[in-house]
Amino acid sequence: MTDGKMTLSTQLETRFNATPCELSHDRVKTLSVPLERVTETLEFLKYEATPHFEMLFDLSAIDETERNGGLTVFYQLLSLSGNADLRIKVNLPAKNPVLPSICSVWRAANWYERELYDMFGIHVDNHPNLVRILMPEYWEGHPLRKEHPNRATDMPPYQLPEAHYREIMESYRAEDYREPMDDTEELTLNIGPTHPGTHGLLRLVVRLKGEEIRDVRPDIGFHHRGAEKMAERQTFHSYIPYTDRIDYLSGVQNELPYLLAVEQLAGITVPERAQVIRVMLCELFRISSHLVWLASYSHDLGALAPPFYAFRDREYLFDAVELITGGRMHPAFFRIGGVAMDLPEGWHEAIQAFLKRMPAAIDEYQALLTHNPIMRGRTRGIGILSVTEAIDWGVSGPNLRACGLAWDLRKCRPYSGYEQYDFEIPTAIEGDSLARAEVRLEEIRQSLRIVEQAIQNMPNGAVLSDQARYAFARKEATLQDIETLIHHFITVGQGMTFPSGESLFITEAPKGMNGYFVVSNGTEHPYRLRIRTPSFPHMQALAPLATGHLLADLIAILGSIDYILADIDR
Amino acid sequence: MNLIQWLLTLSGLALVLLVLFSIAALMVYGERRIIALLQDRLGPNRAGPFGILQPAADFLKLVTKEHFVPPFADRKIYIIASIIVPFTALLSFVVVPVSYNWWLADINIALLFIMALSSLRVYGIMLGGWASNSKYPLFGGLRSAAQMISYELPMGLALMGVVILSGSFSLVDIVSAQEIPFIILQPIGFIIFLICGIAETNRLPFDLPEAENELASGYNTEYGDIKFAFFFLGEYIGVLLIAALATVLFLGGWHGPWFPGAVWFTIKTLALIFLFFWLRTSLPRLRYDQLMHIGWKFLLPAALVNLMVTAVLGLFWMEG
Repeated sequence: MTDGKMTLSTQLETRFNATPCELSHDRVKTLSVPLERVTETLEFLKYEATPHFEMLFDLSAIDETERNGGLTVFYQLLSLSGNADLRIKVNLPAKNPVLPSICSVWRAANWYERELYDMFGIHVDNHPNLVRILMPEYWEGHPLRKEHPNRATDMPPYQLPEAHYREIMESYRAEDYREPMDDTEELTLNIGPTHPGTHGLLRLVVRLKGEEIRDVRPDIGFHHRGAEKMAERQTFHSYIPYTDRIDYLSGVQNELPYLLAVEQLAGITVPERAQVIRVMLCELFRISSHLVWLASYSHDLGALAPPFYAFRDREYLFDAVELITGGRMHPAFFRIGGVAMDLPEGWHEAIQAFLKRMPAAIDEYQALLTHNPIMRGRTRGIGILSVTEAIDWGVSGPNLRACGLAWDLRKCRPYSGYEQYDFEIPTAIEGDSLARAEVRLEEIRQSLRIVEQAIQNMPNGAVLSDQARYAFARKEATLQDIETLIHHFITVGQGMTFPSGESLFITEAPKGMNGYFVVSNGTEHPYRLRIRTPSFPHMQALAPLATGHLLADLIAILGSIDYILADIDR
Repeated sequence: MNLIQWLLTLSGLALVLLVLFSIAALMVYGERRIIALLQDRLGPNRAGPFGILQPAADFLKLVTKEHFVPPFADRKIYIIASIIVPFTALLSFVVVPVSYNWWLADINIALLFIMALSSLRVYGIMLGGWASNSKYPLFGGLRSAAQMISYELPMGLALMGVVILSGSFSLVDIVSAQEIPFIILQPIGFIIFLICGIAETNRLPFDLPEAENELASGYNTEYGDIKFAFFFLGEYIGVLLIAALATVLFLGGWHGPWFPGAVWFTIKTLALIFLFFWLRTSLPRLRYDQLMHIGWKFLLPAALVNLMVTAVLGLFWMEG
């Protein structure tokens, strides 16, 4: 393994003039490649290198204005066959940066490159459709550039003159992109941004012939809140609650990759009890997220009762979560180096009660959904994704496992002690909407097993790391001596400085691979925080999945890929 | 007819109208409460005792809303369409016998009259979808037209079995002929009629013209205020009609021991309405092509075979 990596980096160095540019604390091999060699390097890595780097995991940039100047574009590559990561960096000038498009290598690059243009103003050459993706068409400036204001109060008051308003609304007109010679039976249907089938602010411009879908163009960004930009003015610690709201249905599952990345950066070890509590809560939130998926998916298909059953069971789950964390959907419970509090009295019984009722509930869901002939008839063979296509599009999580690949980071790269738990990775081979549903239902059962094991083997001990450098002064002690009080005041008010470096951590979130890439400058704030969410590439894969099916299938496919708009737009 | 007879007939009609409206309103309330019960929740329970005044509150709300016609809609047809649906459904009740001496009209082609009215009902939905001049209603309207045509045929054929057995198109004669309820003699006919009935009334799992998750609300997306209430009312009166018809045609209408005929009629109709509610909360929606598939490739042949078998057997039976 190490040998292969050595040869790979020497190969890259000799063939493509790459220079290693690893920073400490990061476990990802990083190489810098000259701009003109980028495309061929990436082609080499995808098709020829050993191991093949089949997946473009992430693609974004860092504005280096406050460091070396210019822009750094980074490509996060992932090899599923070799279970390896690689980061390729490219330096660009800050003025008029131009980057060659790699859409021909990975189709998934399309949206990421649009995001580059949108957020950093990087012009991507030969891109099929280089327009803004998250910000509205009329936005001025590129938000993730350092010179762009960080918050609305830094900007002049917003004006919207009548003429400008009309212009803006005009940009939302569903463009009629039928070919001039196309047959006249085609029509363009605008679905959303508010529509019962889109589960949030998502707009789909669909080209239809009769009810058959010719093409789908998703329009995203209505839920963009600038989560990455916000990180740049929060301290490492105070950013934790913001992560909860990225995939707002899976709460602490967002905190985990962020904190693991930060802990990796600073070299913090988490006490064992805290790790088990984290795993337990993460799996509970996986169940919670899958329950909401189940609810909305069955509602998409017109079944009226399962949504209420699923939400009912989620309430029982939230009772336990509330007891432990004090919060329901967004508990902000994890801390750098552990968790916020020890488990309260009665936690064991609360979770037991939930675990006890769930198996029968899942049987009921199966009877109402995956075993129901109408539901099977509607979703079997709909929206089929093959393994190669899925990897090419950057699809992960249950959607990837439904195509037949047992890729689960909890198994292949165990973190937080997942290697100690006995559970299986449910897979299916069909890769259609029904398979995705079956995999998710089975995942709930497996998560229940993990929770069961976690509560049986809950170790004793501390729940927060006491490494003095990165630990908050204990609140109890602040009332006893002035030293601790001062420390507490400083670390909470100002934040703690973290070593400079870069750190990526990927976890298996309910919806797929969730990666947080923390770039630190040695200050209290992240210099750049990149959030790679699973829903973003999933939504991009919608068009090829839905083309050729009927309008009703579009909703079934959309529901089966399980996305959250906040997770897409960030 | 003299003036007094006219007045009596008119007041009878007004009474029926009032009763039907209140039944439809109570059905809306009943459905919401029953479905809520099946879904582990409470349903409307605030307006009046047990929330029984909820339909009245909803009605008042819809009536007092601004009468709005979208500027892009075809104004006249848009308004007329919303009236057609409840109108045709209400008119069908004229010939439904509630008890052995209790009906508004006994015409000798009652069954044909009802089938004709139910065919007219599709115009309401189709024209509503068309006149809205908007894409989602258009889809709903088209779907509804295709759906109704596909399900009208097997429904009509299933009813012919009943006609053969009773030898009459008059509903009163049909009920009188049911010493044994026709559901025993015509089980396949009953099932086909019920499936088609659900499809005719656009209820789950056949609610494709509405299909909330795909078409927002289908044919009535652009409708609001009282015009929406008409569509809504039409749907529930349609459900009541199908349940009442199934009772009259297959379940022996007013026949039954101990209780008076009207009570039996009510019990049977309510049981069928409950079945409608139950199906709605349990089943997902079919896809459009699957719906057509079931209609043409399964229900229609089954109805034809059923008709032929009934005809042949009936011939021997009556001759012998």
